[in-house]
Formats: sequence, C-alpha cells, structure tokens
Amino acid sequence: MSLLTPEPGLIFWMLLSFGIVVLVLTKYGFPVILKMVEQRKNFIEESLLSARKAREELSKLKETSEALLSKTRLEQANILRETARLQEQLIEKAREEARTESDKLIVSARQQIEAEKEEALLTLRNEVTLLSVDLAEKILRKKLGTKEEQISLIDSLMEEIKISQS
Amino acid sequence: MKRRLHIFSLTVLLLLFLTPLPVSAGNNADSREELNVKEFILEHLADSYEWQIVSNGNWHLTVPLPVILYSKTSGWHLFMSSAFQHGATAHNGFSIASSGKYKGKVVESVNNGDAVRPLDLSLTKNALSLWLSSLLVIVVMMTVTRSLRRNPLSAAKGFIGMMEMFILSVNDEVIKPSIGRDYERYAPYLLTVFFFIFTNNLMGLIPVFPGGANVTGNIAVTMVLALITYLTVNLTGTKAYYKDILWPDVPTWLKVPIPLMPVVEIVGTLTKPFALMIRLFANIMAGHSIVLGLTMLIFVTVSMGSAVNSTMTFVSVIFTVFIDFVELLIAYIQAYVFTLLSAVFIGQARMESHGKKNVLTKEEQL
Repeated sequence: MSLLTPEPGLIFWMLLSFGIVVLVLTKYGFPVILKMVEQRKNFIEESLLSARKAREELSKLKETSEALLSKTRLEQANILRETARLQEQLIEKAREEARTESDKLIVSARQQIEAEKEEALLTLRNEVTLLSVDLAEKILRKKLGTKEEQISLIDSLMEEIKISQS
Repeated sequence: MKRRLHIFSLTVLLLLFLTPLPVSAGNNADSREELNVKEFILEHLADSYEWQIVSNGNWHLTVPLPVILYSKTSGWHLFMSSAFQHGATAHNGFSIASSGKYKGKVVESVNNGDAVRPLDLSLTKNALSLWLSSLLVIVVMMTVTRSLRRNPLSAAKGFIGMMEMFILSVNDEVIKPSIGRDYERYAPYLLTVFFFIFTNNLMGLIPVFPGGANVTGNIAVTMVLALITYLTVNLTGTKAYYKDILWPDVPTWLKVPIPLMPVVEIVGTLTKPFALMIRLFANIMAGHSIVLGLTMLIFVTVSMGSAVNSTMTFVSVIFTVFIDFVELLIAYIQAYVFTLLSAVFIGQARMESHGKKNVLTKEEQL
C-alpha cells in the first residue's frame, strides 16, 4: 500500500525543513527562552527572599527599638526619682549647713561680744585706775606729805577695790 | 433554556444551509459513475502534486506546485504540476500513473512502454505544508524569544505569555522528569520536536489551503522524526546503557555461543522508534480518515432520497464537529506522547547503572 511506503522525496524535504527548524530553534530559540525564564525565576525567588529578609529585619528592628524605648522609659523614671531624692537631700543639707553656720555665727558673735566686753571692762578698769590714781594723787598731794603714807594708803584702797570687785 | 433555544435555531439554520448542497452534488453524481468512497479517502490521505482547494466535476481550483524529477535517461526536470492538467496529460514523457504500483505518482514512460519511477524530489503538498509549518514554528518561537530578550524580568502577556507557559509546561512536566540529570542538553531539541509535530497536527485540521495536508499522518515524516530520536538515543548513551544492550545481566549461556539476548536487546532499541513512527502516523491518518469518511456520508446518501440525505447531512456535520474537537485533543496528545517517549528513551540511555535511575520506563502504558 502506498500509504505505508515512505516517499524518498518527502523524506528529503522533511530532513531539510525539520533540520532547519531544529538548527534555528536549538541555537537561537529554546535555549534562550529557557535561560531567560530561569533567570526570571531566580530573580523572583531572590526578590521574595530579600523581601522576607527585609521584613524580618524590620520586625527585629521594631523589637529592639521597643525594648530600647521601654528601657529608656525605665531609666527616665529612675533618673527622675533619683533627682527628686537628690534635690531633697541637697535642700536638707543646705538647710543643715545654714543652721550650723548660723549657730556658729551666733556663737562666734557671742564670743566676740564677750571678749570685747572683757576688753572694754579692762580698759575701763585701767582708765578708772589711772583716773583714780590721778585723782588720788591730786587729793593725796594735799593730804599726805610722805611717800610711805601715800603707798600704804593706795594699797589699802586697791585692796578694797579688789575685794569689792570680786 | 435560552442556550438550548440557541443551539436548536443554529441546527435548523445549518440544515437549511446545507440541504441545497447535496442536491447539486447529487446532480453531478448522477451524471458520473458511483462515487468510490475508499478511493476518495485514500486519495485525500495521500500526498499530491498540486494543492486542491475546490473541485466540482471537471472544474478544479488548485495551487500548482513545482515538480522536481531526476530521470536516469533524461536528467533533471523542473516544471509546475499544472502541466499535468490534474493528471490528464503527460509532460515531457512524465505522467501521473492512474493505476498500478505507482498510482498517483509521477512515472516516466521509457522506450519499451514500461512506466519507471524517476527520483522524485517534487515540492508536493506535504512538502510545502512542512515548509509552511516550519516557518510558522520558527516565527512564533522567535517572537517569544525576542519578547523575552527585550524584557526578561517581567511576565509576558497575551499570546506570548501563553506560549511561554506552554513551552515551560512541556519542559518541566515532560522533558525534565523523563530525562533526569542533564536534561538541558536535550530540552531544546525535544521542545522543537513537540512544537513541530503539534503545529503540523493543527495545520492538518484546517480543511482549506494553508492547512489540510496529512503531514504527520505521512509515514515519511514520522520516519524521519523517529530516526532522529533513534540516533539521539543511541549515540549519546552512557557506558551502562551500551553494556546493557551488548552484555546484559543474564546467564552467560544466553550470550556466549549464540548472542541471543544482545540480539533481542538490539531489536528492542529498534522497536521503540518504530512504535513512535507508527503511533504518530496511524493516529493522525486515522483522524483524517474519520473526518473524510463522515463527510462522505453526505454524498453517499444522496441516492437514498432527500429525507435520508438531510438527516445524514445533519448527523455528518455534528459528528464531524465532534471528531474535529477530538482531533484537537489528539493533535496535542500525539505531540506530547512523541516528546515524552523520546525523552523517556533518552533518559534510559542516560542511566548510570543497570535499572538505577529511571522510574518512567513503562512507555507501553501509553
């Protein structure tokens, strides 16, 4: 049957046309298509991977920032508390110091007053002594003729003064 | 409901449209002798020197094709097939045999009156169809390639996107699992085979001029395809594959005095591409025969009266449409099977050691 016997002419044309198709498509067609698709697949995979990584990083970043924030808040509270305490302390200390200072001042003022009083008393006494000596001299120049009389008199007087003073 | 009405009105329209046609054909059939169905179908399945578009009685509308011949006595000849006037006349001593061993082929009458077949390299209907399909495949694939080259990182849309999906589905689901490792070496060739067969199958389904040739249903075409698969399988095999053929793992007495098993194995390598060749050829030819036979129903029943003829016309059209849909499926399936089995055979020839790699060896399942 002629349908089952291959025609040499058609075999020739088939070899030629199919050969050209194979040559063109295996050289310029399918390898390029497959390569490009592979490239695109890789690109998409990479993009997905990097997107996931970025998302992960973002969430990690958020977490750390959250932690940092809460830590900072805690610190802030601590600092505030500390500051308040310090302030109180400082005020207390200042008050204390002021008190001691004023006390000291009062004491020293009192001492000075005492000392000045003493001095004033001493000067006054000396003055008084000199005055009284002068006075007594003037009086005694008229009354006591001798020196011995005078001294004994003075001594007795002095004794008296001392006694009265103490 | 609306849909049913639609179908109904469509069939009525079809009937009205189709009834006058067999009447005129009937007139012709009456004037001529009884229509020979077998002859008609075989003639349409076979290759021809001209591309018939419409024929009515003695009036033909055809595309003439070049006839290229080499005769031992008179050398090379090149002329258009219109010189034969549809097989009626001879040209330069060449004529189309109307009967005998070379029926439908160009023969040369030599001096003693015998008809001798010259070397016939005519660009026949099938050959031209092959070129057209080849051109189509190349244009489509190069368009896809160019579009991919232009913007490789964005997904293509429309026809190119579809072709891309198609190519990838064949690559990833047929070629890759069947061959296994280093499938990249064979993928371009197998994809070419797939799309070449598929395009030719589809072109064969178009009934008018650029299509309609029974290309993949011609044994010469499938023979070349099977032969290339055979060469690819057996020239790129691994050592383990050749050893399995020439010195298989069987008791020594089966190999040494008479090389029984090696012979069986070598015949086995031949039967695989032979099956490929016959499967594609037979499937496509059968599809064409069925469509032609169903169409012939209309012309055969003309003599049985117009009622029978109308009914059979209706049945014929419905069945032809149905078979054409089935043929669309077969166009894909046969291209798929040819590619799959070629890939499986290549995968077997690429095995590392006996029976180790291939899972998909049951090609008989298909």
